[in-house]
Amino acid sequence: MSMTTDTVGISRKSLAGARAQFQARKLTDHVATVFLSACAVLCVAVLLLILGYVVYRGAGYINWQFLTALPKPVGEAGGGVGNALVGSAVIVTIAVLMAVPLGVGAAIFLNEFPSGVLGRGIRFLADILTGVPSIVVGLVAYGLVVAPMRHFSAISGAVAYAFIMVPIVLITAQEALRLVPSTLREASLALGVPRWRTIMQVVIPVSSRALLTGIILAIARALGETAPMLFTAFGNPYWNFDLTKPMATLPLVIYRYATGPYNDWHEQAWAASFVLVVVVLLSSILTRSVLRNKFDA
Amino acid sequence: MIETRNKLPSRGGDANPPPTADKESPPSAAGDANVPSRDISVTIRGVHAYYGRFRAIKNVSLDVEARKVTALIGPSGCGKSTLLRCLNRMHEEVPGARMEGSIRLYGQDLYERNVDPVLVRRRIGMVFQKPNPFPTMSVFDNVAAGIKLNRFWFSRAELGDTVERALTHAALWDDVKDKLQQPGTALSGGQQQRLCIARALALEPEIILMDEPCSALDPIATLKIEDLMRNLIEDYTIVIVTHNMQQAARVSDMTAFLMMDEDRAGFLVEHGETKQIFTNPKEKRTEDYITGRFG
Amino acid sequence: MTRVEFDKHLRELKNELLEMGSMVEKAIARAVDALKRRDTEMARQIVEDDVKINKKRFDIEEKCVELIATQQPLARDLRQLISILHMTVDLERMGDHAEGIARINIRMGDEPLLKPLIDIPRMAQLGIDMTHRALQAFIDLSVEGARAVSASDDEVDALYDQVYRELLVYMIQDPRTIQRATYLLWIAHDLERIADRATNIAERVVFTVTGKMDEVGVSKY
Repeated sequence: MSMTTDTVGISRKSLAGARAQFQARKLTDHVATVFLSACAVLCVAVLLLILGYVVYRGAGYINWQFLTALPKPVGEAGGGVGNALVGSAVIVTIAVLMAVPLGVGAAIFLNEFPSGVLGRGIRFLADILTGVPSIVVGLVAYGLVVAPMRHFSAISGAVAYAFIMVPIVLITAQEALRLVPSTLREASLALGVPRWRTIMQVVIPVSSRALLTGIILAIARALGETAPMLFTAFGNPYWNFDLTKPMATLPLVIYRYATGPYNDWHEQAWAASFVLVVVVLLSSILTRSVLRNKFDA
Repeated sequence: MIETRNKLPSRGGDANPPPTADKESPPSAAGDANVPSRDISVTIRGVHAYYGRFRAIKNVSLDVEARKVTALIGPSGCGKSTLLRCLNRMHEEVPGARMEGSIRLYGQDLYERNVDPVLVRRRIGMVFQKPNPFPTMSVFDNVAAGIKLNRFWFSRAELGDTVERALTHAALWDDVKDKLQQPGTALSGGQQQRLCIARALALEPEIILMDEPCSALDPIATLKIEDLMRNLIEDYTIVIVTHNMQQAARVSDMTAFLMMDEDRAGFLVEHGETKQIFTNPKEKRTEDYITGRFG
Repeated sequence: MTRVEFDKHLRELKNELLEMGSMVEKAIARAVDALKRRDTEMARQIVEDDVKINKKRFDIEEKCVELIATQQPLARDLRQLISILHMTVDLERMGDHAEGIARINIRMGDEPLLKPLIDIPRMAQLGIDMTHRALQAFIDLSVEGARAVSASDDEVDALYDQVYRELLVYMIQDPRTIQRATYLLWIAHDLERIADRATNIAERVVFTVTGKMDEVGVSKY
C-alpha cells in the first residue's frame, strides 16, 4: 500500500471512504423503496378489498328482475330495486342541472374577475361547506323545501344533493380554469374574440376534462350520501315520476334493507350496494371516454 | 367608429388615406432620394402606460411607418412589450392597467370612448413569444379560429379559401396541406409559430405585432420566420419586440430604442432607420447599448 | 464592464497597426537615406523586408475578419475594424512605394545623382510625419488631428511640383540627363503617393469618429 501523499494517493483514499457511504445510501434507498411500495400495495389492497367484498356478497343476487322490479311488500321474498335506480338517477340529474351551472359559473366569475378578498372568501366558504355533515344538509333541505311543501319530494332530495355538490364543483372548476395557461386566453383575445366567447369557446373546452372530473367527483360523493335522503326524498315503494312526491333512491334502499330483520333484505342490500358501486364506476369511465378530447396524447 | 374590415384596403387611394398632417413634405423633383414620402400607419403621441400606480412607459411618441418592419429594442423591463400591447389594446386586459396619451391607426383614435377594443384587435393582430395554438383544435380550425370564434355561421368554402391563403402567406401551406386535420400542437415549434402567424393573418389585419416571436425557436426556424417577415412587408406593417440585436438589425427597416429611467419608467431614446442606428447612432446611450457596453 | 474580450482584441489589433506603421516609416526613411548614400546593399535589404510588411497586412486583415465574425461589432466598433482593414492596405502600398524607391536606387547602380537631394528628403520626412500623425489620430480618435494631416498633403504636393519643374529644366537644357532625371521623378512620385496614402488614412479616422465618408482634401495629382 503506497504511503505517498501525492494526489493519486489522496483521491484513492477518499474514494474508498466514499464507497462505504455509497453502500449505506444504496441500502437506505432500497429499504425506502420497499416500504413505499408496500404502502402503495396496501392502499390498493384496501380498495380492492372493498370492491371485492361487495362483489362477492352482492353479485350473486343480481339478475334482470332485481334491476327492474318493484320491491315486494314487507315479508315477501324477492322484488327489486328498479324504482330506486330510476329514482336515484332522476334526483342526481336534477341536482347536477342545478349545481353544475352554479358551481362552474361561480368558478368562471372568480377566475375572470380576481379580487383577492372576495375570491379568498368564497373559496374559504366552499372549503367549509364540503365538510358540513350531510345529515345537516338534509335537515336544511327539509326546512327549506319539505316543510313549506308539507311533504317529502324528489325535488327536496335534489336540492340536498345540490347543496353537497356545489362547493365541490366550484372548487374543482376553479382549479381547472386556473390551469388553463393565460397564453391561450391572450391568443384568443388578440384575435379580437370577445371575453365571453373566449371563455365559452376556448377556456372551457381546454379545461373540459378537468371540469368533468370535478363533476364526476361531485356526483360520486352525492350518490353515496344517505342521510339527506332520509329527510327529503324519503323513499317510495312504487314507481313514481312526480317530482313533488317522495321517490325511491338506492342509498335509502340499502339503509332500510341492511337494518331490516329479513335475510332476504340483507342480500338485497348487498346487491344494491354492488349496483351502486358499479354505477359510480361506469359513469366515471363512460363520461371520461365519451368526452375525451380527441387530441389527447 | 371603427368598422370591421374583411378585405385588404387597396394600397392606392384607399378608403382611409393617411391624413396629410402626418405626411412629411411631398417628395421634390424626381431623383431626390433624400426625402421619400412616408406613409405612417400608427401615430403614437405622449403615451404613458400604468400598471396600477406604477408607470411603465413615460411619454413615448413615435410614428410607425406602413409596410415596414419597426423593431423595438432595449434592456429588459424598459416597457417594449407594454408599448406593443398598448397598440392593440391588450394592455388594458391586465387588471389595474391603463394608458394615457393617443394612439391612432391611420388617423383613427383607437382609444376613443365608443371604440370597441375587440374590433381594434381584429385590425391589429398579435403573435406571442411562445407559440400558442389552441390545443383542442386542428390546424385548420386554428387558422380559422379568428373567424369561427367570432361568428355563428360561416360557409365551408369561404373558410377553406381563407385558411389556404393565410397558410400560404405564412409559408406553411406546403408543410401542412396534408395535415390540416391534425391537432395544432402536433407541429414543430417553428411550424407552430408560423401557424400562429397564419392565424393572425387570416383576419387580414393591417398591422401585425410580434412579441419576441423567435426567442423560443431554434436558429433555423428563426431565420425562416425572419424571411417570412420580409415577405409579409408587401402587404402588412410589422412591429416587433426583440432582445436579439442582430435580429433587429437583420429584419427591421426602422428601429426604436427604449430605456428605463430611475423610476423604472421606459422612455424613447432614439428612433430612426435601422442601418443608421446600427452603424452610426446619434445618441451615446444607443451606442452603448448596441455595442454591449451598457452600464 | 462588458465586452472585455472584444476590447482586448481591438487593442491588440491597433498595436499591430502601429507596428506596421512603424515598419513602413522606417522603410521610407531608410530608402531615402540609402539613396542619398548610394547604398545598394541597404536598398536590397529594403526590398527583401517589404515581404514582411505584406505579411503583416494579411495578418491584420485576417484578425479583423475573425473579430467581425465572432463578435458581431456594431456602430463605432464596426467602423474601427473596417477602418483598420482599409488602413493596412494603405500602409502596405506605402511599403511598396518605399520598395520602389529602393529598386530605383539599385537600378541607378553606380551613376552619381543628377543633383544634390534637397526637396526629396523633405518630401520623405513629411510623408513619414504624416503617416505617424494619421495613425496617432486614429488611436486618439481625433478629427482635428486627421484634418491637420491633410493640410500637410498640400505641402507635399507643392514640393512635388517644384521637383518636377526643376527636373524638367534639367532635361530640356541637356537631353543626356533625361535618364537620371526620370529616376528622380519616379522617386518623387513615389513619395507623393505615400503622402496621399497617409491622407487616406486620415480620412478613415474621420469616418471612424463621425460615421461619414468624406474627402478631407483633394490631391492635385
